[in-house]
Amino acid sequence: MMNNLELFRSIAKNPNGYAEGLKKERGGKIVGYFCSYAPEEIISAAGAVPFRIFGKGDIALADAHLQAYSCSLVRGALEDALSGGLEFLDGVVFPHTCDSIQRLSDIWRMNAGTGFHIDVVLPVKLDADSSKEYMTDVMKKFVRDIEKSLGVSISADSLRACAEKYNRIRKYLKKIFEIRSKNPAVIRSSDVHAIIKASMVMDRDLLLKELASLVEELQKEPEKGKPAGKRIVLAGGICNLPDIYSLIEDSGGDVVWDDFCTGSRYFEGAIDLNGDVVQSIAERYSNRVVCPAKHSGLFPRGEHLVKIAKENNAKGVIFLFLKFCDPHSFDYPYIKEMLDREGIPSMLFEIEEQLPSEGQFKTRCEAFLEML
Amino acid sequence: MTSDARTPDPEKEKRKIKSAKKMKEIMTSYYIEAKTAEQTGKKVAWITSGGPVEPLLVMDIIPVYPENHGAMIGASKMGVDLCEKSEQMGYSRDLCSYARADIACSPVNGGPIGGLPKPDMLICCNNICGTVLKWYEVQARYYKVPLFILDTPFCHTEFSDEARKYVRKQVDEYIRFLETVCGKRCDFDRMAEVGKLSVTGQRLWQEVLDTAAHKPAPLSAFDAFFHLALIVTLRGTQTVIDYYTGLLEEMKERIRSGIGAVENEKYRLLWDNLPVWYRTKWLSEKFSSHDACLVADTYTSAWCGSLKYIDENDFLGTMAEGYSRIYLNIGVDEMAETVIDMVDKYDADGVVMHSNRSCKPYSLGQYDIQRIVQEKRKVPTLMIEADMVDERSFSESQIETRIDAFMEVLKAR
Repeated sequence: MMNNLELFRSIAKNPNGYAEGLKKERGGKIVGYFCSYAPEEIISAAGAVPFRIFGKGDIALADAHLQAYSCSLVRGALEDALSGGLEFLDGVVFPHTCDSIQRLSDIWRMNAGTGFHIDVVLPVKLDADSSKEYMTDVMKKFVRDIEKSLGVSISADSLRACAEKYNRIRKYLKKIFEIRSKNPAVIRSSDVHAIIKASMVMDRDLLLKELASLVEELQKEPEKGKPAGKRIVLAGGICNLPDIYSLIEDSGGDVVWDDFCTGSRYFEGAIDLNGDVVQSIAERYSNRVVCPAKHSGLFPRGEHLVKIAKENNAKGVIFLFLKFCDPHSFDYPYIKEMLDREGIPSMLFEIEEQLPSEGQFKTRCEAFLEML
Repeated sequence: MTSDARTPDPEKEKRKIKSAKKMKEIMTSYYIEAKTAEQTGKKVAWITSGGPVEPLLVMDIIPVYPENHGAMIGASKMGVDLCEKSEQMGYSRDLCSYARADIACSPVNGGPIGGLPKPDMLICCNNICGTVLKWYEVQARYYKVPLFILDTPFCHTEFSDEARKYVRKQVDEYIRFLETVCGKRCDFDRMAEVGKLSVTGQRLWQEVLDTAAHKPAPLSAFDAFFHLALIVTLRGTQTVIDYYTGLLEEMKERIRSGIGAVENEKYRLLWDNLPVWYRTKWLSEKFSSHDACLVADTYTSAWCGSLKYIDENDFLGTMAEGYSRIYLNIGVDEMAETVIDMVDKYDADGVVMHSNRSCKPYSLGQYDIQRIVQEKRKVPTLMIEADMVDERSFSESQIETRIDAFMEVLKAR
C-alpha cells in the first residue's frame, strides 16, 4: 500500500538529485529559496519550480566565509552551493528573516554562483498598518524582480491559479497532520517529515496529485491496534533530521503535531482567493503563524504552542533548536513558562550538526518520555 | 623600580585627553537624572543605540540605552556573572551578551549602577540587528510597558522606494505612539530644532574622528570608544555640541603640539566591530607596546556615517532613511568598501577585526571583508575571536600570540 510514500521518501532523502533529474528530464527553471516566508506562489506563477535549500553536512568550504557560531542550516546551505551541489539552480530568493540568513544572503550573492539573486526584504514587524501595506509593496516588487530575472510576464490569472494550487497543497498537508494526530499508528512521523520536505522541492503539479491520492489512502486506513505512545508536540525552527522521529517513536513517543517551519508553519494560513491576488498573498504571509524572527505582538507564539498542545492532547513538548538560532533561543524561556503554567512538561534539545548528538538525544528523550 | 607610583608619569599625563573629566561629569549627571525620573515625574524610554532618539527629547522623555548599559557592565567586568544569571533564567549562552547581561540585571537591579531606571516605554529600531527585537520583546513582557518598533528594511544592495515609503510612514506612527503614551501633542517646531542639533552633533563627532587622519593620530579608537557615549545617549542636545566642540579643539591643539595618542606611532591600524569592553586597556597597551595605534574604527563612526541621507531642514522627513542606511544595515560588499575608504582616509597599515560571538550582523561577513581588503589594498589583517562582554570567550594568551605574530608581519614589510 501507499506506493507514493516511497516517492516522498526518495525525494526527501536526495532533493538535489531529484531536482537534477527534473531539469535533465524536461528542462525548465528551478529557483532556490530559504525559509517558509519565501512567496512560493509567485515563483510558481513565474513558471519555475521553487526548491527549498536544506544544505548538507561535512562543512569545509563554508568555513572560509562563516564563523563557527553560525547555525548548521546557514553553514550547510553555503557548503552545498560552494561544493557544486546546487548547480541545477537558475537563481535564488532570500526572504529577510534572522540576522544569520540576512548575512548569508550577502555572502551567497558574492560567492555562490547559483544564478540570479533576489532579496525579498520583508517587514520584520507584521502587525502595524504600515507594515501590512509594505508587505504588499514587497510582494509587488518581487513579482517585478522575478519577471525580470526569468524573462517572463506573470498574469493575474496564473498568479491566482498558483495561489489556489498552494491552498490545496497546504490543505492536504494539514489533512495529513490531522490524520496522524487522530491515529498516530497510521503513518510514521519520519514519513510525514519526508512528505513535507519533498513538498518544498517537488514539481508542484505532481505533488498535488500525489498528495490527493495519499490522503485518500490514509483515510481508508483502519484504526490500528498498536498501543498508543505518549503524545508529543515538537517546536522549533527547521528540523531536517528524519532520524529524530524514529528516535522519539522508539522511545515510546508519538509526534502528533509540530510548530516547525518544516511543518505546520509551512501550511497554516490560506490565501483569500477573492480580491487582489498579490495583496491576498501578502496578507497570508502577514497573518500566518509567526516565526520568532518576526514580530506580531508579545505572546502569539507561546499562545499558539499552548493551543496546539491542548488541541492535540499532547502530554509534552520537545523543543528542537538549531544551535546558534537566536530568535528561538530568545523566545524559549517565556514559552516554556507558559507551558509550565498549563502543566505541559517540556524538554529542550539543541541540534549542533547532523548526527553526533543522537545518542545523547535518545537518552534524554527516553528519560523525558518516561517522566510523562 | 625607578618611578614612584604616586607621581604621575609626565609622558602619560601629556597624552591624557583633558576633556575626559568633563565627559564623566556629563554622563554621571545624565544617569542621576535618569535614575531619579520617578521623583521628577519625567517619563523614561529605553531605546536601542541606533534608534531615533530625537522625538523623545522633543516629548521631554529621558532616553536610556540598554546597550550603553551593556558596555558599562562589560567595562566593569561584571559581564560573566550577569551572563551566567541569564543562563539560569533559560537564555542560551550563545545569545548576545549585551542582551543577556541586561535581561539578568532587571530582576536584581545588578550591574555597576544598580540597574537602569524602569522604562515607561520601549523603542526598538532593528537597524543594528534582529537581536534587539527579541531583547525588547523580553523586556516588554517583563516591565509590561508599550513597545514601539521602527522597522528599517535591510539594504542588501539598495534602499528601495517601497522601503522609503514604509519607514516614512512609521515615523508618523512613532510620533502618534509617543503622543498617546505621553498624553500630549508633539511640538514640531521643537522637533526641527532638535533635528538640527542632532545633525550638528553628528557632524562634530565625525570631525573629532577625522582628526585621527593626522600623523601621529591625536586620538585612538580606544579614546573614541570612550567619547562615543555622548553621541549615542545625548544626540540631539546642546550638551553634545558643546562637549565635542571642546574635544575637537583639544584634538586640534594636540595636532599643533604634535601629541599622539601613542608615544611612538609607527603603525596605524583600523579596528572593526564592537570593542572588547573588559579588555580595552589591555589591548590598547598591547598595541602601544608595538608602537601601533588603532587610529579609527568602523564602530564609532556608525553614529555619523549616514549623515548624507539626512536633510537637516527636513529632519523628520528624512531621518528614517538615515537610520535605515547605517553601517550595519547594509550589504557585506558595501561594508567592505567602507572599510577600504577608511584604510585610505586614515592611511592604515593594517586592519584588526574582532569576530564577536555576540554580534552576528557585524561578524558574519567579516571573512569576506577581510579577503576583499587584503586583495584591494594589500594590507595585512588580523582576526581576533572574542566577545564584547562575556569574558569567558576571551583567551588572553592566544590573542596575545596572534597580535605579536601580526605585528611581526607588519614590521617586516
